[in-house]
Amino acid sequence: MKMTGADIFVRALEDLGVDVVFGYPGGAVLNIYDSLFQNTKIRHLLVRHEQGGVHMADGYARASGKTGVCLVTSGPGATNTVTGIATAYMDSVPIVVFSGQVPTLMIGNDAFQEADIVGITRPCTKHNYLIKQTKDMARIIKEAFYIASTGRPGPVLVDIPKDVLTGSAEYHLPKEVKLRGYHPNYEGHQKQVENAIRMLLEKERPVLYAGGGIILSDSSSLLSEFARILGIPVTTTLMGLGGFPGTDPLSLGMLGMHGTFRANMAISHCDVILGVGARFDDRVTGKIDEFAPGAKIIHVDIDPTSIQKNVPVNIPIVGDLKDVLRKMIKLVKGTKEAAKYRKKIAPWRDQIAQWKSTHPLAYKQGKGRIKPQYVVEQIYQITKGDAIITTEVGQNQMFAAQYYLYDRPRTFLSSGGLGTMGYGLPAAIGAQVAMPGRLVVDIAGDGSIQMNIQELATAVQYRLPVKVVILNNGTLGMVRQWQELFFQGKYSQTCLPQVPDFVRLAEAYGAAGFRATKPGEVPQVLREGFAADGPAIIDILTDPDAMVYPMVPAGAPLTKMLLV
Amino acid sequence: MRHTISVLVENEFGVLSRVSGLFSGRGFNIESLTVAETLDPTVSRMTIVTSGNDQIVEQILKQLNKLVAVIKVVNLTGAETVDRELVLIKVNAEPETKAEVLRLVDIFRAKIVDVAPRCYTIEMTGDEEKINALIQLLKPIGIREVVRTGRVAIARGM
Repeated sequence: MKMTGADIFVRALEDLGVDVVFGYPGGAVLNIYDSLFQNTKIRHLLVRHEQGGVHMADGYARASGKTGVCLVTSGPGATNTVTGIATAYMDSVPIVVFSGQVPTLMIGNDAFQEADIVGITRPCTKHNYLIKQTKDMARIIKEAFYIASTGRPGPVLVDIPKDVLTGSAEYHLPKEVKLRGYHPNYEGHQKQVENAIRMLLEKERPVLYAGGGIILSDSSSLLSEFARILGIPVTTTLMGLGGFPGTDPLSLGMLGMHGTFRANMAISHCDVILGVGARFDDRVTGKIDEFAPGAKIIHVDIDPTSIQKNVPVNIPIVGDLKDVLRKMIKLVKGTKEAAKYRKKIAPWRDQIAQWKSTHPLAYKQGKGRIKPQYVVEQIYQITKGDAIITTEVGQNQMFAAQYYLYDRPRTFLSSGGLGTMGYGLPAAIGAQVAMPGRLVVDIAGDGSIQMNIQELATAVQYRLPVKVVILNNGTLGMVRQWQELFFQGKYSQTCLPQVPDFVRLAEAYGAAGFRATKPGEVPQVLREGFAADGPAIIDILTDPDAMVYPMVPAGAPLTKMLLV
Repeated sequence: MRHTISVLVENEFGVLSRVSGLFSGRGFNIESLTVAETLDPTVSRMTIVTSGNDQIVEQILKQLNKLVAVIKVVNLTGAETVDRELVLIKVNAEPETKAEVLRLVDIFRAKIVDVAPRCYTIEMTGDEEKINALIQLLKPIGIREVVRTGRVAIARGM
């Protein structure tokens, strides 16, 4: 039986197990919305801006591990998704974005609401498609989900012209995907794994350096097991937070520009790095020529392009972290060598413990203005470390990374690679949709939150009780911090004197609003906000002079940290 | 160092821009690029001449492989290969220089494919050095236009 393209679209999503779509309708996708109208299996959430829709799909994917889906119309609907797609691309998040397109015969004619979105998103998608015939619809949708979720995950965009939706074809969803040019390699090379373990065991000052890949591959428990067997300290990147328990004695916390003193000292003085699912990016390495000068590097990643991109690697291993870590564990678990090794590297752990005690993360909360660090610590204590935290970008993001300890994967959602302000609120909404029973908190700044504040309406409409804690310092804090440190305190365009009254703004949207202006009020106000029935904004007036420390100035080696 | 990379790609719209966009987006250099269908009409072959140090070329090969539309990538550099380029040269042919042009065409085993009252169009295939040599020798006579295809290459034997 023949079906219309729009019906094929909806049916294919159903058959692929899609239960939630974040979307915004428009002329080019009217037929899909007409098909969705009758549908009971797919839940559609009407967002308020397409960028918000993509971040929601992204937050949904990061929190659940499933592929997030976003549906938008042609032209501006499609171009509004670009920041969201680029965000997901940089952080390897599996999402599929469907955009409407003008009818095939009008493509290229500058038709109303036409944009070459396939051309625009080519460099920020893992792959993208323009469907030219209705008969290809089901196959391409299947391929899109397969590509997005396998190998190193990433966003895939599928552009669908209107006549492809109105045309008809037989429905046939292929059982398997066959792509000649796409074969992710999951199996780590056994010999290389053995070489890696041999190199590791020869050394005395090892560091495990774990990135977002640990979380994406669901291998954080394997990482913990491996680290504990050999007693190796673990540092994670921003993306890797939660991939190894932050409260574990072996945890060094985050490394890099705003990493802990002990993590940066450890990576700079170690003699071997085992990098897993991380990509040695500039925020992590600091000055690349002086990064880990005495260390041999073993690098495990599913994406061969990540290996040897920024630093020369001694032992590269391409494969799924799950497979490689299992193989590594098999080689050392219960062995005498492992026990000997744990003992051998005890002095190294002692050295790290000393770094920790001499230079812990620190701030002073006096009686005056509220310190943002204090707020994040309070959130940690009140939620008992059990919330899903999303962040915006800037100081709020770094404080959330430093002062909240993440023990479980998929509990810290942040735009790490692209650094997208405005990510946190829609990502929190997406996470809340995926995890209805969990407390989801967006740790925000007063600058970032205004970039996608409109999604508060989405949260209210669908009764998604996300909590937004605004560290409200009336400035663009991180940029101001750089101006303070590197531009003689000339605060060019970083003051936000006209910040809205967020409590009344929350109320205008139908959410609850709370405010704390003194340190003593913070715990109570946070508790009230978290206990509120629906979505809430908790506006906390914080000290604009607070700075994120430690800080490695851009281009400096990791040992040259600015400390308080 | 210069590298010649042979890339088999899906013969579909947009593939060329995926490949060229990869080079421009990542700051890789393209010296020449040729594309045409292979025996299998669903597959095209691109021959790309690029340059860079070992680390850059390793990234180029890996990044090309990562594209879903790319089926196979082979670095022909250093391997036993035959490479050729085709050039069309429109050169002045005044009464006093015609003989010289004809002699050069003969020496280089080139061909004259178009004759006009005051100019000849020469066609020649060869490797890059040979083509450059012919162009150098024709320059004093007066070259009006040069069109080169860029290099194509194939592995020897096997």
